[in-house]
Amino acid sequence: MKWARVGAIVFLIAISVVCLLADFVAPSTYARQFRDAPDAAPSRQHLLGTDDLGRDRFSRLLYGTRVSLLLAPAAALLSCLLAAVIGGTAGFVGGWLERFVMGATDLFLSLPWLFLLITVRAMLPLNIAPFPSVIITFALLGCLGWAASARVICADTRSIKDSGFILLARASGSGGFRLLWRHIVPNLRPVLFAQFWISIPVFILTEANLGILGLGVAEPLPSWGSLLRELESFSTSFDQPWRFAALALFMVVVSCFHLALQKQELPA
Amino acid sequence: MLGGFLGATLVRLAPGFSVDEEELDNRLNQGSIKALRQARASQESLSSFYVHYLDRLVHGDLGTSRTLQQPVTRLLADRFPETLKSVGLGLALGWALGLGLAIASALSRSWFIDLFSSVSAGVLLCMPAAVLAILFVIARAPGRLILGLIVFPKIFRYARNLLVRNAAMPHVLTARAKGAGSFRTLIWHILPVAAPQLLALAGVSVSLVFAAAIPVEALCDLPGIGQLAWKAALGRDLELLVNLTMIVTAVTLLANSAADLLGSPLRMGES
Repeated sequence: MKWARVGAIVFLIAISVVCLLADFVAPSTYARQFRDAPDAAPSRQHLLGTDDLGRDRFSRLLYGTRVSLLLAPAAALLSCLLAAVIGGTAGFVGGWLERFVMGATDLFLSLPWLFLLITVRAMLPLNIAPFPSVIITFALLGCLGWAASARVICADTRSIKDSGFILLARASGSGGFRLLWRHIVPNLRPVLFAQFWISIPVFILTEANLGILGLGVAEPLPSWGSLLRELESFSTSFDQPWRFAALALFMVVVSCFHLALQKQELPA
Repeated sequence: MLGGFLGATLVRLAPGFSVDEEELDNRLNQGSIKALRQARASQESLSSFYVHYLDRLVHGDLGTSRTLQQPVTRLLADRFPETLKSVGLGLALGWALGLGLAIASALSRSWFIDLFSSVSAGVLLCMPAAVLAILFVIARAPGRLILGLIVFPKIFRYARNLLVRNAAMPHVLTARAKGAGSFRTLIWHILPVAAPQLLALAGVSVSLVFAAAIPVEALCDLPGIGQLAWKAALGRDLELLVNLTMIVTAVTLLANSAADLLGSPLRMGES
């Protein structure tokens, strides 16, 4: 399966580069309306046709993919940082603090997170400007998605803290911050990276769910959620198979993430 | 209850909590805006909200939904059975498919079964629940089945890894060497060892199904609490959202605790 992993990574890099260069690659901006050609079929000018507002679908797909591919890692980074601080501190200090933090983490994990997410998201104005809505959506994902990672990081910190080389470091006078920074954090790097990569497809999927429900990124800025929402006009979807392009790309990207991460997934 | 309160606290800490779009309506005069603010004043302070809430809870009153203008208890009584039906069916389908294919894949060693089950689980794992709901609506398929398809890949992947690992344990190899058949090995040697983890997975799958119920019920027009939560979110109905979060948290905690309780004798037997 090594070739599949390499292929998935190459595809992800290629798609990220194309989306980063969307300003140059896309035939128009995501919001530009071609009012004389709403709901147009694919053509030379519009590779995937236009939507019902006359916006070029291919351009919106590129910009939407860019939003999700840039901000899902940002949200994953935020959640991993929170998890590292919370789980790492609990595992390092141990005792009642660890019990308390892990109890709180368990409680957080038992909250069905889509319920919590839409509750917190709903408290923000729903008709905010597109840019703040992107930041808010992904910041919420990052802030609420730390609990599972914190558990793993806490357990790992504890096992590193109890290992032989830490005992030797303590015996040679290392303690407190130095012990944490020089000996524990570098050994936590693999698990932090694994948690970071695992969180990305989860956040992409969650944003898509929120977007389809109208609680994600605001129009006219596209994201995968808002692009997939187009499938709702189902009476015409099967007559126009190019409408499924966003879904196909979405699934390919998420499966590439899963494929690329296969080695890092924890076995049962 | 703590879960619900945690949810309510997070809501209050959200930057837009005190903003109400109704105040922006230019048809309202100062008196109306003042009345709106006064109506919301009881919810502003965290401590007073909790005290009032607990007081009402003791008397069986969960408040009134602002958007639907109905008591929350009545809304829950109407909607919860519908969701329980969907969740029950979803769990049954997800577990039957997930565990069935995991067993077949781990024991048969047939590349076709392995490939088929892995690909179908992979495709469903990459599909947002909301998209699956839309596709089911397009195909006019029963929406309740979606929850099963959402939980299936998670159960399949975890159970398959677990069963493959357990099938390679020394005691299983010994049993096979002594001539025990596949079914006997599975029932007597593999599943008992995997049972505590599978029970823990059962607890987690309840939470997964409830979370997936929101997009599924909202898009398939199933009148359950998922749809209610979505409507409450669009209407920024705090009273209803906090109660829904609390109820669902209580159910998932109950499921996790039950799984834990059932699993602990098995774990003790193992050690």
